[in-house]
Amino acid sequence: MTNPGAPSALPPQGGAASGPAEPAPRRPLDGVVPAVELKDVRKSFGKTEIIRGTSLAVKPGERVAIIGPNGAGKSTLFNLISGRFGSTSGDILLHGEKIDGLKPYEINRKGLARSFQVSNLFMRLSVFENLRCAVLWSLGYKYAFWRFLADARDANDRADEVLDMIKLHRRRDVLAMNLTYAEQRALEIGITIAGGASVILLDEPTAGMSKSETARFVNLIREVTVGKTLLTVEHDMGVVFGLADKIAVLVYGEVIAFDVPERVRGNARVQEAYLGSALAETQAAQAAQR
Amino acid sequence: MVAQNDSRPTYRFKPYNVGRWVIWGLYALVMLIAPLIWTSSLSLTMLTQVGIAIIGCLAFNMLLGQGGMLSFGHAVYSGLGSYLAIHTLNLVSEGRLGLPVSLVPLVGGLGGMAFAVLLGFVTTKKAGTPFAMITLGVGELVWAMSLMFPGFFGGEGGVSGNRVTGAPVLGITFGPQVQLYYLIALYTFICTALMFAFTRTPLGRMLNAVRDNPERVEFVGYNTQYVRYFAFIASGFFMGIAGGLAALNFEIVTAEVVNAVRSGAFLLFTFLGGAVFFFGPIIGAVLMVLALVLLSELTQAWLLYLGLVFTFMVMFAPGGISSLIMMNLRVASFGKLRPIWGSYVALLGTGATVLAGAGAMIEMVYHLQLNEALGPELKFMGATLNAKGFDSWFGAAFVLVVGIGLFEIVRRHFVRQWGQVQEEIEKEIKKREALI
Repeated sequence: MTNPGAPSALPPQGGAASGPAEPAPRRPLDGVVPAVELKDVRKSFGKTEIIRGTSLAVKPGERVAIIGPNGAGKSTLFNLISGRFGSTSGDILLHGEKIDGLKPYEINRKGLARSFQVSNLFMRLSVFENLRCAVLWSLGYKYAFWRFLADARDANDRADEVLDMIKLHRRRDVLAMNLTYAEQRALEIGITIAGGASVILLDEPTAGMSKSETARFVNLIREVTVGKTLLTVEHDMGVVFGLADKIAVLVYGEVIAFDVPERVRGNARVQEAYLGSALAETQAAQAAQR
Repeated sequence: MVAQNDSRPTYRFKPYNVGRWVIWGLYALVMLIAPLIWTSSLSLTMLTQVGIAIIGCLAFNMLLGQGGMLSFGHAVYSGLGSYLAIHTLNLVSEGRLGLPVSLVPLVGGLGGMAFAVLLGFVTTKKAGTPFAMITLGVGELVWAMSLMFPGFFGGEGGVSGNRVTGAPVLGITFGPQVQLYYLIALYTFICTALMFAFTRTPLGRMLNAVRDNPERVEFVGYNTQYVRYFAFIASGFFMGIAGGLAALNFEIVTAEVVNAVRSGAFLLFTFLGGAVFFFGPIIGAVLMVLALVLLSELTQAWLLYLGLVFTFMVMFAPGGISSLIMMNLRVASFGKLRPIWGSYVALLGTGATVLAGAGAMIEMVYHLQLNEALGPELKFMGATLNAKGFDSWFGAAFVLVVGIGLFEIVRRHFVRQWGQVQEEIEKEIKKREALI
């Protein structure tokens, strides 16, 4: 997998989630339809252009970490892909299908789920209920008011299964607001993966965690995203190199490098732009300490 | 709790819920025997109104407590339900419609639902404060329309009807109040059960999720607007049933049933009963009828008292009476209620003292303002007060001040005690968790 020219070792599974009716688009990317593709995407807030012509193609099953200095537009990029904001111009495709302009729930139904940088849970519901809410749509329950949740065996089983995956089964009936920070982060991931989406976006999943928690969490993320396409925004380089097949470096709204970790590390532009600013940040932090 | 097995607990054994059957059985039993205990005609009137208010408050709480939607115009749906029901009743009386009287409230329900489908589509486009504002606007709109369309709303005099009409089913004419009571009790029981069932369906649960975090709901595949809209329609249906029953009960419907005061009453008493728990609004409904029927008879200052109670409730027990009950049940389940019993008695005693002092002064002011012609003397709790006398005012003020002082002392003691008890319970929970 270190050879970027070779076809991905992972089986393509993009078509599974988007349904059989999809006309086979012919995109030249080793003959595989990318799970997520951005084509010259731009986003402005007022006069400020945050995302300035980003292009990126993520193959099904790939784990991609998006890194970049503060304010590079990483979270904005996630908000565009997941439908939280609309893009100003350019195309966003999920399994070859245009998704820009769709509502978040429509994108979610097409097989994309995301987590949030700040835990975004159903605080007054129990851990189990949080997960059950996250699986209901994917199992076809829709807005049903004529059947009981207690009889929804598949939803209950799936919620319990995810509960085990994120190792919170001992906290099953605790309200989300009473969880510890790390537990809330785990539940955040649990809600994201529960619906069985094939493309997972994680926005700084390990933010604010201790070293040991982070290590545990990286394992957890790897376990729960087996066989899925993963995009993650991350600051912790340990996590990035531990998790990602490929790294996309975003600087001032542009992807300046997208490659396997070894090559990104050696990339001169990245070192100049990213490490340069990282260096500046470190120096600023040191200056602030003095 | 300890029996959690080590093999993956994908299926959990749930024992047959005996407690729930007991509670529902008791609920039915209370409704069955209530008119045998309170036999006077006043109490029967009140009981029928309690039944109606229970449906209304529970339906209101589908939005407030379960969906986080604060509606300021929900009387619109019960009120329009009332109008449709009374018009239907009149059609039955004229022999133009062969519908048993007992099903007329259902027409009210369908009417309320139809209006919720229509108006709710606009209202539920937004959540939070904009939602509240739109409901307020819609409420005013309908209230204004009631003056514009006297044909439907009956103008100043309203629309009256006669529920003793059509062929009696099984000899039931609904002439005697007690027959109507049992009809309303039946509706109340079924509607309560249905609304409880609603909380345990996918839509009901997603409604809770929308209340807690609408943004996240959008990212798990649900359109929050539809969730709110469908819940609004369901709520409108039950509001309409309450309205239809009210039409049968009073046999007259005036435009007041759609106005903001009525909407406010649903909000106020649902909140007092407690929006957090399903059964809270039932308590609120009982309070509503007690206040509107009894308290208003007892004193002219009843709205003032009500306002004071509401203010204190919002400040000190925002979960309403039901959450006070549940908090104490929690304490009791850990066997720690005994040490704070004394404090409750003391709180009650000092609280009553404050109320007596304040009440005497309020009554004297009202007496001076409204009953000048009757002279300065008035009866208050068995004592004769002179609203223009120094002694009465001094005495009342003295009782009030002493009451407040004692209450504050007891309150501080209680707050300490309560905190201690909660701490002990937390420790106990930790201990039990460690055992698992």
